[in-house]
Amino acid sequence: MEKKENYVIMDEVTIPYELAYGRTWTQFFDGFREEKILGSKCPKCGRVLVPMRSFCPRCFEEISQAVEVSQEGIIISWALTEYEYFGMPTKPPFIGALIKLDGSDTNFLHLIGGIDLSNPEQVRKTVKNGMRVKAVWNPEKKGHIMDIKYFEPVK
Amino acid sequence: MGKKVAIVGSGQTMHGRRFDLAYPELVNEAIESCLINTGVDAKDLDGVVFGTMPSMMEGVALTHFYFADVLRAKGKPILKTETCGSTGVSLAITAYYWIASGMADLLMVVGSEKMNEGDAQATMTTILEPFYQMYFIAGAPGVFSMQSQEWSVRFGIPEEKVRDAATRLSIDHHNDAFGNPYAHIKQRLTPEQVNTARIITYPVRLWDVCPTSDGACAMIFASEKMAKKLGKKAAWVKGVGYSGEEYWFGDSDKVMWQSAIQAAKQAYDMAGIKNPRKELDVAEVYNPFTFQELLYYECFGFCDFGQACDLTLKGMFSKDGELPCDPSGGTLCTNPIGATGLIRVAEAAMQVTGQAGDHQIPGAKQALAHAMGGVDQYNGVMILGAK
Amino acid sequence: MSKEFSTFKKVIRLPHKYGAGPTFTRFYEGLKQGKIYGTKCPECGDVLVPSRSMCPKCHVNLSEWVEVSQEGVIVSWAQTDKDFFGKPGQGTYTVALIRLDATGCDFLHLLGGNLSKVKTGSRVKAVWNEEKKGHMLDIKYFEPK
Repeated sequence: MEKKENYVIMDEVTIPYELAYGRTWTQFFDGFREEKILGSKCPKCGRVLVPMRSFCPRCFEEISQAVEVSQEGIIISWALTEYEYFGMPTKPPFIGALIKLDGSDTNFLHLIGGIDLSNPEQVRKTVKNGMRVKAVWNPEKKGHIMDIKYFEPVK
Repeated sequence: MGKKVAIVGSGQTMHGRRFDLAYPELVNEAIESCLINTGVDAKDLDGVVFGTMPSMMEGVALTHFYFADVLRAKGKPILKTETCGSTGVSLAITAYYWIASGMADLLMVVGSEKMNEGDAQATMTTILEPFYQMYFIAGAPGVFSMQSQEWSVRFGIPEEKVRDAATRLSIDHHNDAFGNPYAHIKQRLTPEQVNTARIITYPVRLWDVCPTSDGACAMIFASEKMAKKLGKKAAWVKGVGYSGEEYWFGDSDKVMWQSAIQAAKQAYDMAGIKNPRKELDVAEVYNPFTFQELLYYECFGFCDFGQACDLTLKGMFSKDGELPCDPSGGTLCTNPIGATGLIRVAEAAMQVTGQAGDHQIPGAKQALAHAMGGVDQYNGVMILGAK
Repeated sequence: MSKEFSTFKKVIRLPHKYGAGPTFTRFYEGLKQGKIYGTKCPECGDVLVPSRSMCPKCHVNLSEWVEVSQEGVIVSWAQTDKDFFGKPGQGTYTVALIRLDATGCDFLHLLGGNLSKVKTGSRVKAVWNEEKKGHMLDIKYFEPK
């Protein structure tokens, strides 16, 4: 006996936004245009936070001093993503990773690249926590987080 | 410290894929069940507390307005609380504050989600600002994989042992769900099935993760005076804890996970618990991912850091172990996100009042309920007791 | 005036599958047949349109279906020529709350036809599309009588 199905309405919510970068993001991405990674140094606790912030989230002190951190650092943790969902900004396969850049006190989120991602077992043999990686830049700069193409293992 | 707060009862929907009902009707299923179970007349409610995941999960914003009719909220104050995955526990805590302050005697608390009506990962990633993190966080699996992997490397736990412990949890919980009439996924699994299932993000595989569930949970919170008047066996809120971290994922250590450790500590201190493993009879831990569940055992002091795998494999946290965890099957088997945290509280309440039916832990008198929200950002814990 | 920095343009698109449930489904099926259905509350006697599964005043489940008049009275209305994001159709857009005869609540829909003399209290009648899909806009609009 066939059961009558209830209606299912297929639709899409589409909402446009225009978001303000503000002073801090603008300064951070201006740094990207010059292939610099900038952080903010808290005048109270002295920690260097990357990306730049307008205030320290632990001391609540306003930060105006920008410091340049190294383009190199170590992998704190990483994950290989192979599945896809609607509207994903970075298409899989890709490796998202937390990287502690030399000179920074927080971990920076970006991609690990420059390696073959087709075989997950091989990837797991290659990418390790504690491994040193270095930023690889796009020749064309847009003042965007992806001006850094990815972080590549240092040989 | 505030007045005593009781939980008089609850109702849940049959969680699963529910295209048989429109969303408000699904929420009503839980509410009607709750009102029947507790014998409460909605006219007597002093207010309603409601919440879900980010509203846009189902494409309708401000769902507490949409559901005003089924919430019986006309003419009553309504409070909405949304804290992502920890919404359910936040709802319970909101109701707790309201009654403990003496400003309400009877409240209905409802959490819901109809995940199958949206794209869960796409909606969840709107939590991320678009300037930076959105490009690298591929929904929940990526985040939890990173956290788990950092933990196992730091404590030198061999990959195979972590895999075995996670597999044990998956098999136990999917089997436990058969004793829970409301659970979504019930399955008898073999280690081989779990270990060779499709990879989501390494090491997480299909049977390590929660399903996409539609469901709702409704509960009645009451003052001591009102609980006596209603005459039903009540669970009592003994401890409450909630703690969070900075927004940026890379800013704090997610292994010695302070928000989880502190949320549990606050709740334990309030409840006077010094040795959680001995003093708790059952724990409903938020466990959308088996790997993360192992870390929660350590953060909540059920064992030392680095020890959860060994103890899990010895059966310490199984249904017949020293501290049964998620005998309902937990979030792993049922995850309508806005309701999930509240279901943990409802399950804990059922346990300490002896009403958990086929998945009752005999003699349970003190239980823990927990949920986490955001990109590993906020944790909430509630301790319930029989007295 | 403070300095203005640049902006980041972004569109959020989220796909959805809205489950209409049995009540709205039956209401839509009625529209497909050129009929407007409501449900009647056994306690307060109100007929609610569109049909509901529960009376919001009495909190009683509703199972009595009635066919509702296609004519009614304008309770209030608003009109705009302005473009806005997500506007259905072009040109003048007129919405109204209409109390269809013998119902207990106001029905929200569009007004069309010759609106030069329309005002609150005017009687209107449903005008249907030739092709019906089981959708709220199977009713093209309500026209002054």
